[in-house]
Amino acid sequence: MILQVQNITKRFSGIAALENVNLAFAKGKVTAVLGENGAGKSTLMKILSGVYSDYDGQILYKNQPIHFVNTKAAQNAGIAIIHQELNLIPYLSIQENIFLGRELTNSWGVLDKKAMFDKTSELLKTLKLSLNPNSLVADLKIGQQQIIEIAKALLLDSEVIIMDEPTSAISDAEVEVLFNIINDLLISGKTIIYISHKLDELRKIAHNYVILRDGKSIDSGELKDMSHDALIAKMVGREIKMMQRNVPTFSENYLLKVENLSLKSPHKNKDSILKDIDFHLKKGEILGICGLMGAGRTELLETLFGLHPQNTTGNITINEVVCQFKNPADAIKSGLAFVTEDRKHEGLILGMTVRENLTITTLKDLEKGLFVDKKSEENLTENYIKTLNIKTSTQKQLVQNLSGGNQQKIVLAKWLATKPQILLLDEPTRGVDIGAKNEIYKTIVQLADEGLGIIVVSSELPEIMLLADRILVMAEGKITAEMRKEDATEDKILKAAISLNYE
Amino acid sequence: MSFRSKITQFQSLIALFILCVLISLLSDKFLTVNNGWNVLRQISVNIVISVGMTLVVLTAGIDLSVGSVLALSGAITAGLLKNGISIPSLNLFIGFSLLGAILAGLIIGSLSGFFSGFTITRFKIPPFVATLAMLTIARGLTMLYTEGFPISELGENFAFFGTGWFLGIPVPVWISGLVILITVLMTQKTRLGRYIYAIGGNENAARLSGININKVKIFVYSVAGMLAAIGGILVTSRLDSAQPNAGISYELDAIAAVVIGGTSLSGGKGTIMGTVLGAIIIGVLNNGLVLLDVSPFWQQVVKGMVILVAVIIDKQNSEK
Repeated sequence: MILQVQNITKRFSGIAALENVNLAFAKGKVTAVLGENGAGKSTLMKILSGVYSDYDGQILYKNQPIHFVNTKAAQNAGIAIIHQELNLIPYLSIQENIFLGRELTNSWGVLDKKAMFDKTSELLKTLKLSLNPNSLVADLKIGQQQIIEIAKALLLDSEVIIMDEPTSAISDAEVEVLFNIINDLLISGKTIIYISHKLDELRKIAHNYVILRDGKSIDSGELKDMSHDALIAKMVGREIKMMQRNVPTFSENYLLKVENLSLKSPHKNKDSILKDIDFHLKKGEILGICGLMGAGRTELLETLFGLHPQNTTGNITINEVVCQFKNPADAIKSGLAFVTEDRKHEGLILGMTVRENLTITTLKDLEKGLFVDKKSEENLTENYIKTLNIKTSTQKQLVQNLSGGNQQKIVLAKWLATKPQILLLDEPTRGVDIGAKNEIYKTIVQLADEGLGIIVVSSELPEIMLLADRILVMAEGKITAEMRKEDATEDKILKAAISLNYE
Repeated sequence: MSFRSKITQFQSLIALFILCVLISLLSDKFLTVNNGWNVLRQISVNIVISVGMTLVVLTAGIDLSVGSVLALSGAITAGLLKNGISIPSLNLFIGFSLLGAILAGLIIGSLSGFFSGFTITRFKIPPFVATLAMLTIARGLTMLYTEGFPISELGENFAFFGTGWFLGIPVPVWISGLVILITVLMTQKTRLGRYIYAIGGNENAARLSGININKVKIFVYSVAGMLAAIGGILVTSRLDSAQPNAGISYELDAIAAVVIGGTSLSGGKGTIMGTVLGAIIIGVLNNGLVLLDVSPFWQQVVKGMVILVAVIIDKQNSEK
């Protein structure tokens, strides 16, 4: 056991986030830390990595009691953490980010850019990322940024690496790369502490597990001894039946028809982002879109939603009406709703209340004379809090204080309030715990049953295979394959995502 | 609004109370009816400008041009009232009534703000830069229009706005009160108000929610310009003279009131009432320091310290 946690208790203004937690992590193994959002995983990891230094209890590292006063101390001792939230500085280059705070200098004390460039190139190569170390982080996709975070931890040459949901933003192909890296790290004797909600993924990489629930350590053992259902039951403290969907029959009419949709790159001399996209969507249908990072999935949804009017060509027809959206407001009027990938930056106004966020899309309908009618606003909010089972103390709670799952439900609610015909969902369950995930799945299916056309973009294949009635695969801005649910396999999808010539 | 901003306002109220008690212990001239009206009359200009500044700051912007726009609008109102528009070469003369001249001043102010808002949204220029340019442009136009000389002797009817009384209360206090009432209702009760907060809170999310960001922004800069014009009319009326260098550094007093009032310069958080309290605190402080015969140089130092302390306290609260 390289790292042991003994009787750790941590309180925030009197409320225990962790209570008498006892855990141990085996050297040279991947240990999965499981638990719902709010179970105390992040708090525990912050203690292990020196972010929080005031707590009760004891940590043994290599059988010695140890107490980190800050993250630097933990790093020096050999414990590094890759946070779920990206901690990169957008307008610095990859190399500057990786070496931030530990820059290499020559004997004159001047930055040794050559050495840092070379080391960064080497790291990027091990991570199978073909990027120039001098590119700005701002120009990278979220998935690529996540891998840069991993590179930062690799540079430290740590003995214990804590990964907090490292795959929440990256595609399956990139997950493979990450797993190869983890296996290499294990061979060289490193220990990995791995936090994830994706049980399928954990099966592939983790040996041991520990489960936290409500700030307490519930169980630990070897992962191979436990079934999914048993793990989930321990995590949530009750049984959850995962949802199933049977493909219904659809009407002949198209709800949405997209023809020759192309999106030029805003940068000159760059390849188009979307090329001649053709597809259709029927009432009540759930269409899944897969692809690697950068395949153009998010951009497709953005284009449909009127976010890139200057660079868009092609036809979008909704209910037989040809649409030209100049901005999101136009798209909303035509019955579209867009649940974005990045809820903190695009979905929610974190400093505003649950009610204010939920009604922002429909305020116009809630007006009485000059003013917004508070009563109608409260009723609408109450309604969605109930139907989507949003856990919040009051409507006036700031959304930044809610868990990821509840935040995501609010994003969903604010769009459902617009009574859309077509719902665009981009990574609808990213960073959401299993209980809330299942509830969101149920809601999506129920909405389809009520007649909405739904397009789901997801990097999680199991999610797409579970939800979608039909699947489109994208690569390099084109649709490379279309398959019905019953014909789809992970293998086929991956092949189409990687190779353009796949038939 | 949120619980936190209520606490902040409560703190400002306590600070104001302590300030008043302190000054009244040190000077027996402070707690008199006359002085009270005097203070309120003096701060009404800053209140009107600061309210506009609050709207802009709530959208995560800033308006540095309000002082110059105040001077320009005041000068134009005074000039039109006194001289009208005359173009000798065309043998043309247009005279202006009192209301006509005031309306023209308000329009000039709104247009200045509109222009700032337009450059900010259309060309994506940072508000700091766009309104800095407007600051210089408006000051230059004022100098051009007045040829560098004050425009004075504007008549008793015009003086009413800055010096008159109505139902026992000074007219400027009525005007600032009305401005406060309308903007409080707008920010707290209307859709537009909600949009202003939303844009400051998260512009991306606001745009994706279907809000026309550019419209709202142009609106707040136009309103800030119009309120600066009201300030200009009040100042000109009180002095019975439009000074070409009126309003210099008024934008700083306005920003100070906004900040002391607990509005976040990064947008999305704050209230009109907070700003009003901030302006009152600054006004009472100014008045107290004058009554106590503190030298003007020290007054500035003290004011700066107060701003710092206010922001530090606010910061500490929001980190709890």
